[in-house]
Amino acid sequence: MSAVLPTIEPGAAGRRDVPLLEVDDLTKVFDVSAPWLNRLVERQGRQFVHAVDGVTFAIARGSTLALVGESGCGKSTVARLLVGLYAPTRGRIRFDGLELAAAWRSNGARALRRRMQMIFQDPYASLNPRWNVADIVAEPLREHGLARAPDATPVAADSRELQARVVELLQSVGLAAADARKYPHQFSGGQRQRISIARALATQPEFLVCDEPTSALDVSVQAQVLNIMKDLQRRHGLTYLFISHNLAVVRHVSDQVGVMYLGRLVEIAEKAELFARPRHPYTRMLLDAIPDIHMSGRSRTPVQGEVPNPLHPPSGCTFHPRCPHANERCARERPALLRQGVTLVACHAVEERRIAPAERGPA
Amino acid sequence: MPSPILEVSHLRVEFPTRHGTLLAIDDVSFEIAPGEILGVVGESGAGKSLTGSAIIGLLDPPGRIAGGEIRFDGRRIDNLPYDEMRKVRGRHIGAIFQDPLTSLDPLYTVGQQLVETIQTHLPVGAAEARRRAVRLLQETGIPAADQRLDQYPHQFSGGMRQRVVIALALAGEPRLIVADEPTTALDVSIQAQIITLLKRLCREHGAAVMLVTHDMGVIAETCDRVAVMYAGRIVEIGPVGAVIHAPAHPYTVGLMGSIPAMDEDRSRLLQIDGAMPRLNAIPPGCPFNPRCPRVFERCRAERPDLLDAGATLAACWLHDQPLRAAA
Repeated sequence: MSAVLPTIEPGAAGRRDVPLLEVDDLTKVFDVSAPWLNRLVERQGRQFVHAVDGVTFAIARGSTLALVGESGCGKSTVARLLVGLYAPTRGRIRFDGLELAAAWRSNGARALRRRMQMIFQDPYASLNPRWNVADIVAEPLREHGLARAPDATPVAADSRELQARVVELLQSVGLAAADARKYPHQFSGGQRQRISIARALATQPEFLVCDEPTSALDVSVQAQVLNIMKDLQRRHGLTYLFISHNLAVVRHVSDQVGVMYLGRLVEIAEKAELFARPRHPYTRMLLDAIPDIHMSGRSRTPVQGEVPNPLHPPSGCTFHPRCPHANERCARERPALLRQGVTLVACHAVEERRIAPAERGPA
Repeated sequence: MPSPILEVSHLRVEFPTRHGTLLAIDDVSFEIAPGEILGVVGESGAGKSLTGSAIIGLLDPPGRIAGGEIRFDGRRIDNLPYDEMRKVRGRHIGAIFQDPLTSLDPLYTVGQQLVETIQTHLPVGAAEARRRAVRLLQETGIPAADQRLDQYPHQFSGGMRQRVVIALALAGEPRLIVADEPTTALDVSIQAQIITLLKRLCREHGAAVMLVTHDMGVIAETCDRVAVMYAGRIVEIGPVGAVIHAPAHPYTVGLMGSIPAMDEDRSRLLQIDGAMPRLNAIPPGCPFNPRCPRVFERCRAERPDLLDAGATLAACWLHDQPLRAAA
């Protein structure tokens, strides 16, 4: 199993203080205008959605940053920007010191793709139903010419070396060698998600972008997949961007948590700090909204209102129409992400000390 | 204790297929008291939604009730002809489904759908029906209900649509509501609003609720009692606090342990290895025995009924009285 992925040696731990990934002022604007003729007839202008709006964060090597938020907050767009599925409208992404915008166009793009992989939400849609598992997991190996004989010539698709690598990969996610011949429909949702993970690991990536990897799974299966992901991270020093709307899951897997609302990062902090002392009113609202399995009897205040239409976001702080602490400045001026203690938070009320950090229960 | 509003006894639902008959619900019995909220929880394929569909008489063919009885307010409803059942459904038993968009007809305004439902089930005129429709929308927290009544479902957001669906379910003043994953399609902040609303309205209208969900957090906050289903059977049933804090069935123990908690740190989640058996391969004896950490000989041979496990009832041989006395 050790041959599948490089195991992090103790000596490499010194590199952990250098972020593997740095994102600066990342912005993606989608043009969602009606066709030209419609605009002319209906006298409409162009319409744009700021799906991601000035997001800045960094992920340390071997750690996990979780992005949370409700549907439409732009977290999946961030994931797609990072792996190069979308080109950013503005802003920079640096991966291990490389400027990604330039790197995707350079000769090194193939090598770069090998170093970052993605796991998607729906394990039914992300596996080709006509391929057996061996083909699915071996595809990245073939594509990147990674399965090579000892004399460095690429091996044939059905070679013993390739098959051995596939079996190793399957076993590393808790599947059996015999599963390699089966087709995706013969597996349950949780097993399919393991196949996706095995495929993502095939190229020995350093960075995995996981977009809601357990949201389609039942809780007991979710626990299996989360445990595997944590084991693999420990063993191979993987760095994760973990996207989820489930705060309990995020609390279990992450080191750092970023909260997004309407395309903007409103708060980012170490996990323990964020859950113990949430500062942004939206973060507090999200934490309050989680149904509490232990019925600790804390008072729950379901916040009123819904996420506004991203086509016409509110002025100033986009959360102000739902915020109990909003004033005239919040409606006028967009808050910057400022340091408050060990947290970065974008809120005028926090900056002006109109609201104190909420201390939460046993966390 | 008042007589139950719903009694399900020894219910069996089967699906005839080319490869034999699959038993999807196997000997399920439970009761719901008037005004009570019973949660039904389980993983996909456990049969929880199917139990709800059987009660409201909306099993998709070829699924059919193969045995047992369903009684509503003492009257047997599982063998009613289709037209008779239509009068029960909506009037006496309301239904809320997961996806609020498919529960509403896109071609009619919200008001037309509410008025039609009210007039179908209650002897009121058009003007009175509209007054009631406005009141229902107001009760579900829809602002400017009077104007919203004349809008179409696509003009409502997901959370607002689910409020309309709740209003529709309450329109016939039913005494029981079957709610199948009513918050699963919604964002967390909206989820909390809808659950609070559902709980309050059912209390005000005196309706009992059978709440089908896979979300243990929703169950904990909403229900009085909870039934845990596995492979088409109820494996544990009891007061919600007892099932969550002191589960008696090993499956419930595993299920609770696998939920990431908000107030404690664990480096690993408790996991139940394997997956729920397919309907054509349910093992003999206790269906959970291949995955159970406490399995013993009897579990592989004999199927346990719901046994007294202290605060709850659990279908597990660990709670057989002679065995416990001996231990």
